[in-house]
Amino acid sequence: MDIFILILLRDLRLSFRRWNELAMPLLFFIIIASLFPLASSPEISQLRDYGGAVLWVSALLSSLLALDGLFRVDAEDGSMEQLILSPTPLGVIVLAKIIAHWIVSGVPLVIVSPLLALSFYLPLEALPVFILAIALATPILSVLAAIGAALTVSLRGGGALIGLLMLPMMVPVLIFGTWATDAAVQGENPIGALLLLASLAILSISLGPLAAAGAVKVAME
Amino acid sequence: MFNEAASLKTKSLEVWRGGVCLFEGLDFTLESGQVAIVSGANGCGKTTLLRILSGMNQAAGGYVTWRGEKIHRLNAESQAEIAYQGHLDGLKKEFTVLENLRFYQAMSNQKKPLESLLEELRLGPYQNRQVRYLSAGQRRRAALGCMRVKTAKLWLLDEPLTNLDTKGASLISSWISEHAKSGGIAVVATHQRDSLIQTATIEIEL
Repeated sequence: MDIFILILLRDLRLSFRRWNELAMPLLFFIIIASLFPLASSPEISQLRDYGGAVLWVSALLSSLLALDGLFRVDAEDGSMEQLILSPTPLGVIVLAKIIAHWIVSGVPLVIVSPLLALSFYLPLEALPVFILAIALATPILSVLAAIGAALTVSLRGGGALIGLLMLPMMVPVLIFGTWATDAAVQGENPIGALLLLASLAILSISLGPLAAAGAVKVAME
Repeated sequence: MFNEAASLKTKSLEVWRGGVCLFEGLDFTLESGQVAIVSGANGCGKTTLLRILSGMNQAAGGYVTWRGEKIHRLNAESQAEIAYQGHLDGLKKEFTVLENLRFYQAMSNQKKPLESLLEELRLGPYQNRQVRYLSAGQRRRAALGCMRVKTAKLWLLDEPLTNLDTKGASLISSWISEHAKSGGIAVVATHQRDSLIQTATIEIEL
């Protein structure tokens, strides 16, 4: 447990010292989401129709931007060798790194998403559901990012490849996320989609770190 | 606490890389207090051997044991006894020397004060400087400091003298002798055989 917190704090401190990289995914999210109203009509009824979809696609794309550095930097400077050889199970270390990644890339998304949702005239009643759905989806995206980053850690320029590899796996998140949001916007019951998202989150957080740890070990050989 | 006394054994180790057999039938045993110097030309498999000894890579044939257990299936207690220092420093560029040392110290649950170590490494004045502003030799010294704070029983050092000046090289050589005297075991791969040979009890030429 001590080691878990140690790694978590180390990764958080490292991210804040590279704050320019930290801000990129969030800026990207805001930019894509605000380009759509410019490119199509700014009519309220239309904005409301495609707003949920646009927000979800932007969240997905911006999370792709954040995932390359998760293991690569550690692998290049030799820290990964030291982490693999430490007595702590690698799965625990990877889980700590994933949570740190979620705090710096997922949480800001959760925080700004209601603002963007309002700019798409999503009804106020739908906001809690939308925020909850994003809060459930971002940990899944972080875990998927970790698996992709682990698989490509030894490849040069693996960034684009991770996108291709991981986007299909992110599709369920997109489907359930937009489903929950649309249901809430239209005043229907979103609970089914939210529960599906929650179960996906639990599944990925419990099994994902083990998969990523295994992949890192193989890649570092 | 441990089933067997500290010893590192290899049994008919066979190593392949890129479809070429680098060596086969390598057997040796290191007991407490012994130091092995691994020498050989470039590309003869020194680094691969050390990575196999650490358990990070798998050998094509044969096996490595530490305290009688297969090296890649050690329990946490035995794993904590092994310190590996490869070509890469394992330092975080954005952290200061002190932060890096503290991190590795905390990883292995040690709490000793670091002043004397920094003094020995001649890094005292640089302890609060970020690693990215250090020279290659200073980085190497900081990395070896990180290896040292783990207080491990088995040292696996891959070219520890790279980038070090003569003072640094003699410090490392004295660390290795000290380590052996206090019952530790070390395997050191090096090109500067002459600077380290006085510490060796076994020489392995690949």
